[in-house]
Amino acid sequence: MQGFGLIQLTAKGLYCAEGDFYIDPWYPAGKAIITHGHSDHARLGQTAYLSHPITEKVIQHRLGSVQTETLDYEKERMINGVGVTLFPAGHIPGSAQVRVRKGAETWVISGDYKCHDDGISEPFVPVNATHFISECTFGLPIFNWKSQAEVMGELNLWWQQNAALGLQSVVFAYALGKAQRILNSLDTSIGNVFGHGAVLAMNDTLIAAGVKINPCLTLQNATKEALKGALIIAPPGANGTPWMKKLEPYRTAFASGWMAMRGSRRWQAADRGFILSDHADWKELNSAISATNAEHIYLTHGYKSVYAKYLQTQGFDALELDTLFEGESLKSNSKLEENHAS
Amino acid sequence: MQADWAQLFEELDASNKTNDKVAALLAYLNVASDKDKLWLIALFTGRKPKKPVKAMDMRTWAASAANVEPWLFEECYAVVGDIAETIALLFESKNTGETLQFSLAELMQEIVQMARFSQDEKRHLLQERWLQLDKNTCFLYNKFLTGGFRIGVSQQLLVQALSKQLQKPAPEIAHRLMGNWQPMLHTFEELFLHDLANQEDAKPYPFYLSYPIESDVSELGDIADWQAEWKWDGIRIQLIKRNNQAFLWSRGEELISENFPELIASAYHLPNGTVIDGELLAYKNQEALPFNLLQKRITRKKPSAKMIETCPCAIIAYDVLEFEGIDIRGNALSERRKILEQIIAQNGFGLIQLSPVLDTGNWEMLAKLREESKSQKAEGLMLKRKSSPYQNGRKRGDWWKWKVNPMHIDAVLVYAQKGHGRRADLYTDYTFALWHEGKLQTFAKAYSGLTDKEMIEVDQFVKKNTLEKFGPVRTVTPQLVFEIGFEGLQESTRHKCGVALRFPRILRWRRDKSAEEANTLEELKKLI
Repeated sequence: MQGFGLIQLTAKGLYCAEGDFYIDPWYPAGKAIITHGHSDHARLGQTAYLSHPITEKVIQHRLGSVQTETLDYEKERMINGVGVTLFPAGHIPGSAQVRVRKGAETWVISGDYKCHDDGISEPFVPVNATHFISECTFGLPIFNWKSQAEVMGELNLWWQQNAALGLQSVVFAYALGKAQRILNSLDTSIGNVFGHGAVLAMNDTLIAAGVKINPCLTLQNATKEALKGALIIAPPGANGTPWMKKLEPYRTAFASGWMAMRGSRRWQAADRGFILSDHADWKELNSAISATNAEHIYLTHGYKSVYAKYLQTQGFDALELDTLFEGESLKSNSKLEENHAS
Repeated sequence: MQADWAQLFEELDASNKTNDKVAALLAYLNVASDKDKLWLIALFTGRKPKKPVKAMDMRTWAASAANVEPWLFEECYAVVGDIAETIALLFESKNTGETLQFSLAELMQEIVQMARFSQDEKRHLLQERWLQLDKNTCFLYNKFLTGGFRIGVSQQLLVQALSKQLQKPAPEIAHRLMGNWQPMLHTFEELFLHDLANQEDAKPYPFYLSYPIESDVSELGDIADWQAEWKWDGIRIQLIKRNNQAFLWSRGEELISENFPELIASAYHLPNGTVIDGELLAYKNQEALPFNLLQKRITRKKPSAKMIETCPCAIIAYDVLEFEGIDIRGNALSERRKILEQIIAQNGFGLIQLSPVLDTGNWEMLAKLREESKSQKAEGLMLKRKSSPYQNGRKRGDWWKWKVNPMHIDAVLVYAQKGHGRRADLYTDYTFALWHEGKLQTFAKAYSGLTDKEMIEVDQFVKKNTLEKFGPVRTVTPQLVFEIGFEGLQESTRHKCGVALRFPRILRWRRDKSAEEANTLEELKKLI
């Protein structure tokens, strides 16, 4: 990056000078290619937004009327002589890796990604590159995800146990992506499933974009009867707010990769933590990076300096980048809070 | 069927609700073997086996067996903040599906025996176990090995569950749990079912602890109903004399008789069947000495005569719990105080003194007297209802501590580091500086005192205002001012700023102040 190749890191974000476009810029910059709809990647103030069609719908839902354009996966588009292609990133529905190429240089910007199939996002595809910009939110060998089936089995069991005690189960998960992933893997024979307003609004947006999502009830006018033993999905920002009152009596749980650590579990003051992440774990990161065959690796969000050092010991040319992406975060004022739709 | 102890610990760890915890404990106690129960109780009451391995060895062995380079292991540890958990997380993916089940007693007895193993034997055993245990059990196993085992279960909670299971009153259970028993030497039956009168002579009573007073003291009613004393800044102890033997216990239930032979010698003059509750202080010529003198004695078994002379200690007696072999904890404090005065008066030993009662007649005078706490080397006052029995553990209502306000100073945030464990994601460990000759001089670190919301705000400030990075430490623009509270300070040659603070913590964020308005090092030194 310091070498000023096809992609540079500017104060506003990752920039391709030859194509004159940014990728996920964090300040108003100009034309932007957006990897996915989370608010630390799709930000207000760009003159135009190019993304996968599902992400376009999310951008319109979250940012209102902005100028958008779409590009399907694996269709190359030439922008000022630079080839731009989106490949599935497996992070959330519509999420994409961006390949930018010209001449001998092929850059892939991963955005956020994971390599295991979550049943709702188009699965991650490894892409050959000379330069790979990878996230590494969970770039430490302590992060090892169990299969989704196993985690969802635990979550369904927890729900069942709560329901047997006459308690509601409140699961906190990102309104975009994680919520729908959980929804589609719930054992609905246990009871009713409700969504927080922000989750329902996001469901509608994704359904309109053609994503298949299991039905989920609204809490408006929900009777005590219908609520009894139900599972409610809400964004993490809803935890501890007066909104929770009508759900009593309940048990709470967080679904996040950070739940792997006891400390994070305890801090959330939730009854349970389920280790479910939309980011790659240690093994996934390592295999994804190897699979690109890239000579140069650049790392964004997460334990990037440690992970860069590790990659160097494995013979990669790896550097950390200072970006303003948040990765997966438990902070209540971050992208988790998409309450505006509630 | 073997009771699932790892599951129990997970449930105890996960729940914030007392009732759930008691229910989980009870469910386990109902099915567990006596041996397993005894070990569980031992662990929850701090009776851990001696550490069989050094934490450093565990780190080295774990890193090599998990195929992680040592520096990367250390980075993981820095994020997780806990060796036991770091190892459990690293081995989770190495575990090849087949996990072994061990009973709690099996694992604990093995840990006790491990102390006698050679280094090689220890390494082999640990590397084998790490691969065999599931993540949760592995974490607990490591916790037992490192001796750092703490889980959100108070002794009171355990007492509640045992009381329900054994159908015996809670105070009796609490009493039975005290003292010198060991899971390797004693049985569950001996501990809980044998007659209390036949229990060993050294057995102390559970300590009665107080809460800080929250309301205005005048709301406590008539001052004539209350006994006020200095809240001495030493260590709380129980002194026992039974069958011509004397024992000194610290509040942490450690037998410290060997550390204070001069006090034990004094205690031999007490009548048999006497148990005194008091404070152990560094003390000379009727005056309390600084706490750090006492600290030298706490860790030293069999101190030299010179040590005893240079760090003289005494016991200030607060209360008497047993007199003439009879448990008098149920009597009113006023009655117990009379007996205590009588014991001390009749025996008059220099090293066991009576805690003076502060009789001021009204709350205002008492409040004034409290202001003199510092010069008395006291932390403030204790207020005890004269009619109160001596209770078990921390209870509200009858005993209150009324501490003096901590000292404080306004300082600038200059360095930040990511926290451990629950704060691994955030910059929450701060270093603060004061002005000195026109520059900022660091003088204290503090980790606590902010609300979660403030912490997140400061975290974002740090990320946006980083000047330099030194490893995990970030230098930030000196801009934020915090009021730092501390319990005391003394001159120090080890610290560059020349002073060392006791218990520094953040009292509040001074958003109203700019960095230039923070205090100077000279102003801090004036407080010494």
